Amino acid sequence: MRPFRLLVLLPLFAALTWTADLRAQRAQPPRPTVTVAFLGLGDDPRWQRWETYANLELREAMDPADGARVAMRDARIVGRVLGVDFDLEVRRAKDLEALRGAFEELAASGVRYFLVDLDGPDLAAFVAPYRDREVLFFNVSAYDDELRGEKCQANLLHTIPSLRMLADGLSQYLAHQGWHRILVLQGPDPEDAEIAQVFAVSARRFGNRVVEVRQFLPTHDPRSREQNNVRLLTTGVDYDVVFVADHRGEFGRRVPYATVLARPVISMTEHGPTIGLQPSAWHWASERFGSPQLNQRFERQVDHRRRMRDADFAAWAAVRQLLEAMMKAKSADFAAVRDALLAPDARLDVYKGVPASFRPWDRQMRQPIVLHTHNAVIDYAPLPQFLHQFNVLDTLGVDEPDTACRL
Amino acid sequence: MIPRAAPVLAALLLAVPQAVQAGAQGLVYVSNEKSDNITVLDPAQDHRVVATIPTCGRPRDMEWDPEKRFIYVACADDNEIGIVDVEKMEQVDAIPYIEEPEAFEFDHAFRRLFVSNEEDAALSVVDLETREVIAWVEVGEEPEGVLVTPDDRQIWVTSEAANLVHVIDGETYEVIADIPVGTRPRRFAMTPDGREVWVSCELAGRVDIIDTETLTVKESISFLPRGFRPEQVTPVDVLITKDGSRAYVALGRANHVAVVDVKSREILKYILTGNRVWGLTLTKDETVLYAANGLSDDVSIIDTATLTNVKSVPVGQIPYKVLIRE
Repeated sequence: MRPFRLLVLLPLFAALTWTADLRAQRAQPPRPTVTVAFLGLGDDPRWQRWETYANLELREAMDPADGARVAMRDARIVGRVLGVDFDLEVRRAKDLEALRGAFEELAASGVRYFLVDLDGPDLAAFVAPYRDREVLFFNVSAYDDELRGEKCQANLLHTIPSLRMLADGLSQYLAHQGWHRILVLQGPDPEDAEIAQVFAVSARRFGNRVVEVRQFLPTHDPRSREQNNVRLLTTGVDYDVVFVADHRGEFGRRVPYATVLARPVISMTEHGPTIGLQPSAWHWASERFGSPQLNQRFERQVDHRRRMRDADFAAWAAVRQLLEAMMKAKSADFAAVRDALLAPDARLDVYKGVPASFRPWDRQMRQPIVLHTHNAVIDYAPLPQFLHQFNVLDTLGVDEPDTACRL
Repeated sequence: MIPRAAPVLAALLLAVPQAVQAGAQGLVYVSNEKSDNITVLDPAQDHRVVATIPTCGRPRDMEWDPEKRFIYVACADDNEIGIVDVEKMEQVDAIPYIEEPEAFEFDHAFRRLFVSNEEDAALSVVDLETREVIAWVEVGEEPEGVLVTPDDRQIWVTSEAANLVHVIDGETYEVIADIPVGTRPRRFAMTPDGREVWVSCELAGRVDIIDTETLTVKESISFLPRGFRPEQVTPVDVLITKDGSRAYVALGRANHVAVVDVKSREILKYILTGNRVWGLTLTKDETVLYAANGLSDDVSIIDTATLTNVKSVPVGQIPYKVLIRE
């Protein structure tokens, strides 16, 4: 190390070597550092404040990197046990091209673990060229089933649930309640169509039935009243429950209590506000399985500005799983960590009761789904009566015999 | 020279032991995490609820002072250890500024309090006289169970999130060892010979047995009562009898207490309890085992001779820990 200290004199290198130098001085001999990178886009519209007419806030601004930061606190002790230091490197680039530059630079400096915070299409495009690289990517915010299906890849792990897992959690609850007949109100966007389609497949799997799909339009135009008036949209057919496929959450928030029949309203969105009963990876009001502790740690991390949401949870879980795998492997060696992470007998605590593990066939993290309203957790899926020959968590999402993923 | 108040004083002093004697076994105190109180049961009256004592917010672990006059109770929502006078049936004092306390222990001289401190991922050592934090040891996230060895020379702490057991020197407060154990370690029990520490691993569904010489896990006992799935088996509290022959393990969502023969590691029986059984306490003569059921808001009373649950008593919301005054 000593000759390198001379470089401190050179202003160009000063900033680069300073931190490394300090660290070397503090710990003798110098400990290796394991860096976990978080990659995303700087102006990701998913994380901006969601506003509607008259500045009403539908959802606060967020940054899923906060979840990773919470998990990095655990790294101190894991580091003490393994004799390594951990670092989180958050890079938000202006576009995918710039993000590739950041990735190559980090990879060249030896970084192997990348949390990638991109929407489905961007994520698929971003990771595809790196299929054979000796790195691990963690999808922390894209629910698209396609990423676990045709577009899966062996070094892409998903800690965020798939849309299908959310839908299956909800469908189990409907079957459990005996609410088998569903009226679907579907919005005009392709995202709404995808939500409705995934939900319909899931409904069939659990013996529920979509009685009708009706298109709504977010307009006040009286000529479109059949499509913008909730009473007209919910009349002339019988159903047990109304499912709203509205990824913006703007129309849907006024559906509960406005239906012609007195029926509960349920929904499913990716990052949007809660409408009625909704399935999610995480919820701030969860009282069980130690989740209050994680929520409190998260809220302290963000100075109580906001509450933990799905993508925060997924980023937290990715770092947590990595640390856990290193503890299990008793090493920070890449191959050993990867094997421990994907081990079939892994039991990773994700504060939702049933321990999580990664599915070998599509690299999705199995996990319970939280069923909640805007301020209360109603239940957790899988519900007790849904059983599986290998793992009850595989009652949620695409199971091995049905997967389109070829690793 | 005897002051006039002496007879009154004597009467007051006499009153204390009398109250202790009331009931063959003494009253039973149950902390209720969600209703912020302690339920008092009288075994002499068929475990009828005789009082409810309001406490600080989210009371969890409880310990007696040496005279069993005061209950120290960890209140996670009020960041303090409340002190409840069981004669007055009220909280009379508190040790403040302890962030989110969950489990704690005293040393055997009753001079120091060791409390796991969730917010800072640390074990705090509090001087009971000055009430000041005299030491602070960095441990893994969500520290929970605390064990003080009988000679006060070591303090053991679990870290639920880091899946570690930390062994800390009782004098210098240096970390002696970080021992990797099963997922979500919760509570400890030490065998009377001091050779083994049993630690419950909630999400691994097992108890890991740590050799106190080598400070490594030498054996594990997994539990699976009939009709339950492995993920429902979530052990929390663990007790070992004074003669070191038998262990009781509360199996959480598997709604049973496991009875283990310590020597052979054989599981002798699973005793049916209420939902999510966790806090366990034995009477002094070890004939009765109380088990707090966190999700059915009741306490199971188990006869240890027949190993059967003889009665369930409704208490407050989310009962956590049971103490007996005897």
